[in-house]
Parts: sequence; C-alpha cells; structure tokens
Amino acid sequence: MHRALTRMAAEIVEQCHGTDGLFLVGIQRRGVELAERIATMIESTEGVTVPRGKVDITLYRDDFETVGPRPIVGETKLPPSLDGKTIVIVDDVLYTGRTVRAALDEFADFGRPKRVLLAVLIDRGGRELPICPDIVGETVPTNASDRVDVMVSELDGRDAVELVRED
Amino acid sequence: MAAVTLGKDLVGLEHASAEQIQLILDTAEPFKEVSERAIKKVPALRGKTIVNLFFEASTRTRISFEFAEKRLSADTVNVAATGSSAEKGETLVDTARNLEAMRIDMVVIRHQSSGAAQFLGERIRSNVVNAGDGKHEHPTQALLDLLTLRDRFKRIAGIKVAICGDILHSRVARSNIWGLLKLGAEVGVCGPASLMPRGIEELGVTMLPHIEDAIAWADALNILRLQIERMEGGFIPSQREYNRVFGVSSERLAKAPKDLLIMHPGPMNRGVEIDSDVADGPHSVILPQVTNGVAVRMAVLYLLSGGSPEWTAPKTGDES
Repeated sequence: MHRALTRMAAEIVEQCHGTDGLFLVGIQRRGVELAERIATMIESTEGVTVPRGKVDITLYRDDFETVGPRPIVGETKLPPSLDGKTIVIVDDVLYTGRTVRAALDEFADFGRPKRVLLAVLIDRGGRELPICPDIVGETVPTNASDRVDVMVSELDGRDAVELVRED
Repeated sequence: MAAVTLGKDLVGLEHASAEQIQLILDTAEPFKEVSERAIKKVPALRGKTIVNLFFEASTRTRISFEFAEKRLSADTVNVAATGSSAEKGETLVDTARNLEAMRIDMVVIRHQSSGAAQFLGERIRSNVVNAGDGKHEHPTQALLDLLTLRDRFKRIAGIKVAICGDILHSRVARSNIWGLLKLGAEVGVCGPASLMPRGIEELGVTMLPHIEDAIAWADALNILRLQIERMEGGFIPSQREYNRVFGVSSERLAKAPKDLLIMHPGPMNRGVEIDSDVADGPHSVILPQVTNGVAVRMAVLYLLSGGSPEWTAPKTGDES
C-alpha cells in the first residue's frame, strides 16, 4: 500500500502541475487517513505544506429513502471557500461513483474549485454514474457480490486490502 | 448490536433511553458545522414537508426549528393558532389530519395542553416533534442544554446542575431533569416552595431551598424564566421580592467556591430571575445555547426522518 500511495502522491503533483492551490480532501472514513498520508508524502518530496480537509457525504446521499435508520454523520472540515483551488478527492475504494457524486455536490456548497481530481486506492469497477478516476492505486475487477475491504493502520491496526468473495 | 433509533416521534425525554439521547447529541455535532458554512444548507431532507403547528406564543423555538428545517432543505409551513381554524373550534386532530391530507411528512407542535404531542403522534402517520406541551416536556430545549453542558464540561456524567426558579410551571425543568439523570448528572432544584411541584424529590433530585445553596452546590445553574403568564396569582408576593430572594446576581455568585456556568432557556426577565451582569457575564452560555438549539433540532429532524415504516394508524372511532 505504501508503494501505491507514493506513486499516487507523485502523480497528483504531476497532474496538478505542482502544488499551487492544491487541496486534498479525504472522504470519511478511510479516505481521510489516505489523504493524510499522501499529503505527508507530497510535503516531504516537495518541501511545502499541503492543506487538507475531510468530507462526510452522508447528508448528500441519494438513497435516503431506502437505507432505513439514518446513518451516523461524520465530521466535515473544509475551508469556508474552495474558490480557485485544485481539489483532489481521496477515497479508498471507487465502486458505483455515487459517493463521488455526493462529494461534488457538497463542494458546490463551498464555492467553485478551479478543478477537481479523483484519486482512489482501489478501483473495483461497477460504475453507475459517469465518473472516472484520475489517479488509481490499483484496479481490481470484482463481482457485485464481492466486498473490498481497505484497512489502514490508524483505524484498523494494519494496512491491507482484502477481496472478500461471497460464495 | 441493533442500531439505536428514535422511533416515529420525539415527545419527551422521560421515556427516551440514554443511548437515544446520546445519539441525538452525537448527531448534533456535525450539524454545528453546517451552520458555519457560507451556504448553510444540506440536502438531507429535500422534498420533505414540515408543518410548524404553534398553538402558543414562541419566538426562539419556532425560529430555531424553522432554521433547522430550512438548513436540511425541507419545505416548511408555519401555522399559528390565531388566524387558523383552531379559532373556529376545529380540533387538534382534525387540523393535523387536514394537513396530512395535503401530504406532509412531519409536524412540530407547541401546545398549551400537556400531552398534546403524544396525543397527536398516536393519531397521525407523520413524525411528530414536541416543541413544548403545557407543563409536560420541551425535549429539544433540554437536549440543547445537554449539548451546551457537554461542550463546556466534555461530559455529562458526574456534573452538578442546579435548575433554579419556577419548577412547577416548567416543561424545560422536567425535560432537563430526565435528560440529565439519564446521562448520569446530579440534578438539584431550587425555588420558592410555592413553585416546587409536590413529590419532586422522588425523581432523584437534590432539594436546594435557597439560591445560596444552589450556588454553593452546583457546577452549572440553569435559571428558569419566571412564567408570569402562567400564574393566576398567589405564587410569589412580587417580582421584586422574587429577585431579592431568588435572583442570581454577581454578588451572590462571588461567594461560589468555583465559577459556575450560567444557562437560561430564554426569554429572560432581566432583573427578576437573573441580573443583567450575570446574563451578559463571562460564564454565561445563554447565546451558545441558542446556537446549539439549531444543531440539536437538525439532528432530531434528521434522525426522525428515518421513520418507522411499521407504524399504522390506530383504528379508533372517537377523537376530540
């Protein structure tokens, strides 16, 4: 995982043409830890401070009518204005694309970023919306019944990606 | 472990569990941030219609609910008793059923009769939130008080909160007592004997006969409004006398062993139950209480909108 994140950090700097106006946003939960690590890596190679925030998209979900009891809402921490910034969304797994859609809607309430990129550790396919990642750690083809679990040492005690097949 | 839910209605804290109260307070935390944004709005209740049915005067609570609803993107309608069909003798249930026939999702109700919110909740499909019913409960006020206490003390368990003043007429006191006790706080009550409900000790509260006792005992004072409009007379000799005996003044607070957090649910009678220099003083959290009110109400509306699909209307014939 460390190697994949290192490469993603380098690609972010490359695709953003440097770190001017760069702002990393981790999606709750695991995306926050991954964004933190990538930001630290960019800081050590580029010698700059990389601002970062976090976003919880629960209140922007499109499936409220079907999820039953209301999900717990996590913390959102973004600057008052995202105007003119280059945002990199960081998440652990990209699947249907609905989380990213919700995050884009939430950003719209914080202004008008210059550009938004999407960086994911695992792209498992299965998109239901026209969303495409810019930076990918690894592509893992999966079935709908599979589960992809990303674990990070900060929360889970170890770094791991597990593909769980339900037979 | 089954997820904690609130069920269909929020009528009061007497029958709420500690886990449910905790859930509301925890959910209120992220909603505080929404009100700090430039665009103070999230789409969580988009397309939901909420009716604020206020049969009794209210500024703070009604506006606070309305902000909470609008910041969740719900559509809101305000109905006040004056100018509505209630004046023509329409019953509460008929009013609510007519509103439901227009396809609403939630009702926030304030009513002069104790039990009105529960009565309504049992008869209509929409979620019902009690915004104060008679002398019974005012759960969202107690929840915002709890949130404010938790902000300052970082916990509720073990803190000592003295509720001072007109306990007899106060739904705020009742909701606070239940909420605080459930979360493990110690509760004291202080006020004139004529404004103290009989048998209140049985709830497990400490009796503090004099305001000096409350100041010496407590970590926080929740100073209630003297409800002049609810008194048919004879409870206290005069407002001036009340201030002399029970008013919270900076002179009295100076004798406290520690700095006390000062709370008041509003509207204040300055110079009666609380002196101006205390209300505006460094330990007053009266305005943060108001700010927290919006977050707590957003949390309640959000959690209730999860609904309880199994609910069905009771098949009874008579309601009046």
